[in-house]
Amino acid sequence: MELAHTDTATARVITVEENRIDAAIAISFKDQMRELTEGSPDRIVLDMTQVDFIDSSGLGAIVAVMKQACPDKSFELANLSPTVEKVFKLTRMDTVFTIHASVEAALGNGLADAD
Amino acid sequence: MPTECLSFVGRANDLHKSALTPHTNEMKLVFLADPLAVRQALKASMTGLARLHLTADERGMIEIVLAEVLNNVVEHAYGQDAQGIIELQIKRAGDQLHFTVLDDGVPLSDGNIPQTPRQSLSGPVSHLPEGGFGWSLIKELTRDLRYMHRGNRNKLVFTISLADTRIS
Repeated sequence: MELAHTDTATARVITVEENRIDAAIAISFKDQMRELTEGSPDRIVLDMTQVDFIDSSGLGAIVAVMKQACPDKSFELANLSPTVEKVFKLTRMDTVFTIHASVEAALGNGLADAD
Repeated sequence: MPTECLSFVGRANDLHKSALTPHTNEMKLVFLADPLAVRQALKASMTGLARLHLTADERGMIEIVLAEVLNNVVEHAYGQDAQGIIELQIKRAGDQLHFTVLDDGVPLSDGNIPQTPRQSLSGPVSHLPEGGFGWSLIKELTRDLRYMHRGNRNKLVFTISLADTRIS
């Protein structure tokens, strides 16, 4: 399970460097996310660009991460693939999460500061 | 003799058609009930269905359903300590894909597919459900979903209609 992260002045962008968040890695994902969200800026954006597929275990892990981050921090998602988006829609989790079309859209010009 | 038991899986796999062909229109995969083997089986299934030239939407739908069904077997039928084998059959009839999933694990509780009441998402974040999505995804995306337990075998059958997915 590979996660990368970059901090801007106000947000931590965590990039999932895996094609799938599924039952095989859901627990490891949750554990690593817990470490990365502790001591982070108040806003966290999870960049899902590389994730083609998610199952209900992966979805449950993402919900668990948000529950852990809230209410102190804002936990948002960016760049859902069509299949990932389908899982969020079918479970109505798209109504619960703030979902951005891209990290750039989430941060505005903030990304430039990250480099 | 777990090792000897399991060594046949690879050979069994080779014996069966692992891809749809114009002659048979069916495929069969046999694999271990563990999360990584399920990952490989999903990949093999999607490769095996490649000849159908499915849309990205159809591929996504099939992979979601298969992942939920197969992970249910790993997590609930066999559980953490038990080792077991899953058999997946896919048959195509026109625009319909018929799936059969067989395992020798524990039967579904109450002997049937669980009810999936609509979960409330409107409360505080701390009350959000972290599970219980699997069966509702399966029910949403399939038709003719049926479960049978005969002898020591669990059998789940369902159909995915390819034509339907082109509507959404």
